[in-house]
Amino acid sequence: MAELRVEALGGEGWGPLDLAIGAGECLCLSGPSGSGKTRLLRAIADLDPHSGMVYLDGTPAASFKAPLWRRQVALLPSDSRWWAATVLEHFDQDADIQLATIGLPDEALHWAVERLSSGERQRLALLRVLAHQPKVLLLDEPTANLDARNTERIETLVADYRHSQRAAVLWVSHDEAQMKRVSDRHLQLEQGRICRATGAAA
Amino acid sequence: MIHLTAFDLALAAILVLVLAVLSARVQRSLANQILIAAARTTVQLLLVGLVLKALFANVNIAWVGLMALFMLLVAGYEVTARQSRRLRGGWAFGVGSLSMFLSSFAVTLFALVVIIGNQPWYAPQYAIPLLGMLLGNTMNGVSIAMDRLTQLAWNQRAEIEARLMLGHTAREAVRDYKRDAVRAGLIPIINAMAAAGVVSLPGMMTGQILAGAAPVEAVKYQILIMFLIAVGTGLGTMAAVATASRRLFDERQRLRLDRLKAAAV
Repeated sequence: MAELRVEALGGEGWGPLDLAIGAGECLCLSGPSGSGKTRLLRAIADLDPHSGMVYLDGTPAASFKAPLWRRQVALLPSDSRWWAATVLEHFDQDADIQLATIGLPDEALHWAVERLSSGERQRLALLRVLAHQPKVLLLDEPTANLDARNTERIETLVADYRHSQRAAVLWVSHDEAQMKRVSDRHLQLEQGRICRATGAAA
Repeated sequence: MIHLTAFDLALAAILVLVLAVLSARVQRSLANQILIAAARTTVQLLLVGLVLKALFANVNIAWVGLMALFMLLVAGYEVTARQSRRLRGGWAFGVGSLSMFLSSFAVTLFALVVIIGNQPWYAPQYAIPLLGMLLGNTMNGVSIAMDRLTQLAWNQRAEIEARLMLGHTAREAVRDYKRDAVRAGLIPIINAMAAAGVVSLPGMMTGQILAGAAPVEAVKYQILIMFLIAVGTGLGTMAAVATASRRLFDERQRLRLDRLKAAAV
């Protein structure tokens, strides 16, 4: 149902890029550092000024208020940030928080952020994003700092969400094996341009 | 009232020279800064003394207005110069001057017309010193607050953007930092009010008493000045922080740190 379309998106030193991700589809993106992966994701989430257009189900980003757009087209960086003392303060007041889905007990909501392990942090960061029911997930190396067990948990969580909500996922990774696990479509960036595309486009 | 002679001031200047020599042992440039600042104080105050003398002799609203404008522009420049990361393209100067103009001028006008009620209301003997006290203090509050705000935005950008990514509005994402900035700008005047008379005798009151005024009269003026300064600083600081924090984001509520420029060190 939710489709993300990117047309002639670009900025200083990268693009223009075109790509499309269908509902329930996962597209992997890789490339050397400095190739523009993070800049592309930030432009799609409308965090940086850019040229070109991004559409969600045919509606351009500019038609959404910026905060609403970022709720629907949610970016998860590899290093999550926490601005308050406890976990709970980082969720909306009316959020339906299912800690069991990320393998944490209910009292984890009242844990101090400082106490969290990197795996717990990243799982909670993903839960924090999913609480808004985004239609598109932009994942910027979401498992870069995690061990194998926590990586698998994140992959499973994303796959479950993608299948149950028919969300479109754009997954930046540098891990060949991970890309094979999570998607059969793969784009490679080099110097701000797509240099190789493998797998079937939806 | 005992008149000061040039010799009296020279004696005090010798003390400043001694301080400069001593501080040169710590750091050479510190001694230079002390001497330059002392020289500026002497020249600037002598000049303003002459200007005030001329203004008092020719009471004219145009001259008073010109003097006020000059003071405002210099205050705007000082606010800009004191920020380590400032808004580009004249925004630091514009935001600083405008918020000082709105608060200091409004409060001075109120004091002149409603409280003091002199004829004419712009009589320079009241208007210029009052505006000077207000501008000087508001300038401190505004420059501290704007400096704090831009520093926080720079250092906490990852947190601010994390909130934007989660669909928070720019207002929500920067609210805590705005509060910190306003508080930082207001601490000096709050401390000054709390310590007045107990720890410190405010400079204006001291000057009046030394110049021969009755202590209770000097105290009444000091209280008036303190209140006016608190209001002027508070309004100016809040206006500056509100405007500057808007400028940190664009129409799509993106954090635009490219609008900040690091000051040359």
